[in-house]
Amino acid sequence: MNWYGIKAIYIHEMERFRRTLFQSLASPIITTSLYFVVFGSAIGSRITEIDGINYGSYIVPGMIMLTILTQSISNASFAFYFPRFTNTIYEILAAPLSSFEIVLGFVGAAASKSLIIGCVIILTANFFVDVRIDHPLLMMFFLILTSITFALFGFIIGMYAEGFEGLQIIPILIITPLVFLGGSFYSINMLPEFWQKISLLNPVLYLISGFRYSFYEVSDVSLFTSTLTILTILIGCIIFITYTFSKGYRIKD
Amino acid sequence: MKNILEINNITKFYKNSVKALENVNLNIKEGEIFALLGPNGAGKSTLINSICGIVNFNTGTIKINNMDIVKNYRTTRKMTGIVPQELNLESFETVWNNVNYSRGLFGKKPDHNYIEKLLKQLSLWDKKDNKIKELSGGMKRRVLIAKALSHQPKLLFLDEPTASVDVELRKDMWDVVKKLNENGVTIILTTHYIEEAEELSDRVAVINDGKIILVDEKDKLIKKLGEKTIKIELFEPIEKISGNLSKYNFTLDQTNKIISHTYNLNSNTTDITELLNDVKKDGYEIKDINTEQSSLEEIFIKLIKENNNELVRN
Repeated sequence: MNWYGIKAIYIHEMERFRRTLFQSLASPIITTSLYFVVFGSAIGSRITEIDGINYGSYIVPGMIMLTILTQSISNASFAFYFPRFTNTIYEILAAPLSSFEIVLGFVGAAASKSLIIGCVIILTANFFVDVRIDHPLLMMFFLILTSITFALFGFIIGMYAEGFEGLQIIPILIITPLVFLGGSFYSINMLPEFWQKISLLNPVLYLISGFRYSFYEVSDVSLFTSTLTILTILIGCIIFITYTFSKGYRIKD
Repeated sequence: MKNILEINNITKFYKNSVKALENVNLNIKEGEIFALLGPNGAGKSTLINSICGIVNFNTGTIKINNMDIVKNYRTTRKMTGIVPQELNLESFETVWNNVNYSRGLFGKKPDHNYIEKLLKQLSLWDKKDNKIKELSGGMKRRVLIAKALSHQPKLLFLDEPTASVDVELRKDMWDVVKKLNENGVTIILTTHYIEEAEELSDRVAVINDGKIILVDEKDKLIKKLGEKTIKIELFEPIEKISGNLSKYNFTLDQTNKIISHTYNLNSNTTDITELLNDVKKDGYEIKDINTEQSSLEEIFIKLIKENNNELVRN
């Protein structure tokens, strides 16, 4: 293993995060605060509790998931697309690094950034509502696994994107709607039966549900199904990246 | 001297089926400076990128230090460094971070003493904390060289190292390249500037349309394909070439005072002593004699023209 190479990519990416620390943290903090104002105060005054949990507290895991998903994707996609755009990718391709090591460096850094932001959101949420974490280890398990999985997904976008606009299409058109419709701000039990069934087709629902279980021991679907879903997406991303790298597609052709 | 790089039958197609390289064979000796000449789109960069692992090639094998670059990519890539044609750098990073980053990528333990020495050698030390965007084009080019040398490679590829740089800086770069070579680094450079190849290289290859059309030692090439022109300035003008001089294909300039004869260095058809004797025999008094040898550039143009004509014929 080229550990120095992995470390170089990781530190290089984290250095970019450090350089833009204010923008990186300010945006999720402001967004979280706005969600609390809009959903927590305005809507929360009408929906007092869901599954016995105060509405403001109930939406915290969903908000964290929303941020983790979007940040993991955008961090990883930008991190890999940027050297392609500036042509500095030549150095990474010429280095004695396997595709696994390249992915590890980029995805590791993107996931780390998301984890930091996730933790900042938990702290921010504490200023607005009481946040209880019944299963901290399980919470960390979901947080880390989701960050890595969606950083891998972002990496795929970074490999395929043809321009900066391309980096935004999937997060805006697919991920954000899936998160909003995946029970971030409500329980699917509140929906009519037909829409409940439709919601079950949304993979993000399982992530949010499992994550929420680690906080309050309430969930829309079983913990096992949630874990299985995230692992399936993770494996799917790994297979796709391995295949793409083996073909040299978009990078070495 | 042993071969540090062996390229056997490399063929490369791009995705749109454009053939970039066709059965390229080339051996590079350890310690030499090798120049790869060719017009735009000839395949120079593709060949270098194939060797360095930046693009995949379709068929053939490439060996560095007798090791296959695909099977032993970790070992072989550690031995190579590349300076790309474009100034591809992270603008917001400092010189110091940029160079150390490259060393890390190539799996080398941090060595701040070596990087300091390298930056000093390339006159970059006082710019080490500057961001790349604050540097001039020439300085950026030096940073690229520093990055390529950060992991102490044995084989350095310079893809158009002096493209778009001024004459002074170009000469400066040549000194850098010569020093690197003196320190034992084998150098392969691609260039448009024939004078660069002429100044730096030990051997030259000419590539056109993805094919290597010639490989030879620079001096031999000039000798083999070069032409020399002897220009004789006479005291008095003459009306036409006649007498003994008519056997030499002399041309007369507009002043009617300078007669020129072009001959191939490799052939023994022209005896200069006899030629001068004939001038004297015809009663002309010589004011001055000047000779001009064809440059690598003229040879290169001639070769490319011949090759293109052959392609058209085929």
